[in-house]
Amino acid sequence: MSALLEVEDLTVTFSTKNGPLDVVDGLSFTLEQGASLGIVGESGSGKSMTSLAVMGLLPPTASLRGRVALDGTDLTALPESKVRRLRGDRMAMIFQDPLSSLNPYYTVGMQIEEAYRAHRTGVTRRQARKVAIEAMERVHIADAARRVDHYPHQFSGGMRQRVMIAMALSTEPDLLIADEPTTALDVTVQAQILDLLQEVRRETGTALILISHDLAVVSEIAEDVVVMRHGVSVEQAPAERLFSDPRHPYTRALLDAVPRIDDEIGELRLVDRSIDAVGGKP
Amino acid sequence: MSTTSTGAGTGTEPGTDAPVTGAPATPSRGGPPLLRATDLVKEFAVPGTGGLLGRADTFRAVDGVSLEVRAGETLALVGESGSGKSTTARLVARLMDATSGEVVLDGEPVTHVRGERLRRFRSDVQVVFQDPYSSLNPRHTVERIVTAPLVYQGREVPGGTRAFTQGLMERVGLDPDQFRRYPSQFSGGQAQRIGIARALAVSPRLVVCDEAVSALDVSVQAQIINLLRRLQREEGFSYLFIAHDLAVVRQIADRVAVMSTGRIVEQGERDSVFDDPQHEYTRTLLAAVPRIRPEWERARREAADARAEEETTA
Repeated sequence: MSALLEVEDLTVTFSTKNGPLDVVDGLSFTLEQGASLGIVGESGSGKSMTSLAVMGLLPPTASLRGRVALDGTDLTALPESKVRRLRGDRMAMIFQDPLSSLNPYYTVGMQIEEAYRAHRTGVTRRQARKVAIEAMERVHIADAARRVDHYPHQFSGGMRQRVMIAMALSTEPDLLIADEPTTALDVTVQAQILDLLQEVRRETGTALILISHDLAVVSEIAEDVVVMRHGVSVEQAPAERLFSDPRHPYTRALLDAVPRIDDEIGELRLVDRSIDAVGGKP
Repeated sequence: MSTTSTGAGTGTEPGTDAPVTGAPATPSRGGPPLLRATDLVKEFAVPGTGGLLGRADTFRAVDGVSLEVRAGETLALVGESGSGKSTTARLVARLMDATSGEVVLDGEPVTHVRGERLRRFRSDVQVVFQDPYSSLNPRHTVERIVTAPLVYQGREVPGGTRAFTQGLMERVGLDPDQFRRYPSQFSGGQAQRIGIARALAVSPRLVVCDEAVSALDVSVQAQIINLLRRLQREEGFSYLFIAHDLAVVRQIADRVAVMSTGRIVEQGERDSVFDDPQHEYTRTLLAAVPRIRPEWERARREAADARAEEETTA
């Protein structure tokens, strides 16, 4: 019995003026059915490229090496048409900015229905609409039967993110990837969306990969954590081990640098530049 | 320490401000208010909802805000999007005109000053913005950017442009040899340092930071927070620090004002606001902030301390 997702020695390379650049370099991790994994890192760490690689959504200018296996099937060896089928059906993704992922000219209901019907053949309009309303109810959008006919601009930022989650969940995927899903949201709305993601995971058994720059957010959601720096995984561990006993100098430095709300810690300790030489590249 | 004193010639020395009349609204800790804003209101016209010929409506972004910033302190203005905190900052810095209300700097009403007096006000109050790349002219060198406030005010650059620029760059932790570079040749954190250097060029007494560290990576953010604190220690100016990130505010503020829908709902000493919030909204806001579990934090700190001890004994 294999894990839900196995990523082995994943390397993503862009060709640049100055030669090839590995934005993800030899990354490996596994994710069991229903589990949650946090990938944390600063900008340029390669965390978002990792999620795009798993989804098969890398830009054409990128090349990929390594293995990304869903239920034992290597996605990197499949033709695009087969990957497209799996995407949305078995795995779905939500992004930081829901407004740019939604079409302003269509009601949210039409967009959820479209996403659903693209992956379920022989579904009638009426059935799809029912699924859309149910999905919106599941993410606690009040008055879903009426709101389904509203346009994206009629929703607040937090509600739009709920719509995106509803759309992602409509096909009951085994894996949900959330890339900075709360970064653009106010802190009170962020708390609601994080609660919702937890609830969805509990109730549907969907596995979750949460990509974030925010260590505290990751600590609240993820069972396992990968810390990335310059494309390399510098440390991987269960959340409790990673946050209570970080072993890599970069993880330690990053945790020291995070401002805490519960006390003032004098001079914030800085991430030593020499750490670059330890895990990643200069 | 700095090699160039940008304060030369202006004679503004914090702490020796002209006496200010009138008692502060919330007396605690000595020191007269450097800046006082009273009952600020800002209304914006919004399209009416009454159809084609519907009358324009007004929206009150800031609704009767009063606050004080004392000499040498940091007042943080916190709130979620739409709370009116940035608009308040813009009114205080005279980047925008208030619908009503009054701003007083050092006892002098500045709400409606123009011309020479407004220019003088601009020497006293400077702003650092969230996005350094959009607030720095991409076609100007560092040298031109940081001396621009002086040039705009028709003031002489003390000690000559080159030396002045390099002195400022050193104070904010930039390589002084890079004075001829353009903003795009710097990283985000470095570019923000240029923005800070520009604010310091005129020896301001109040620096308004509008989400000045919000767009930065954690490791860079820590550097800039430390820099802002060090500069305040060295120069004695005040900050009006606008932020949505409460953890950052905890590190930098002396006092905190919490805004919601255009009003200040709570204001007080930093620790009392964080540890014993009085207003329901403040409590909700504080409770919503994600936290690493305290027991994990404790274990991590103990392990770090043990390691440090081992290193010193070894």
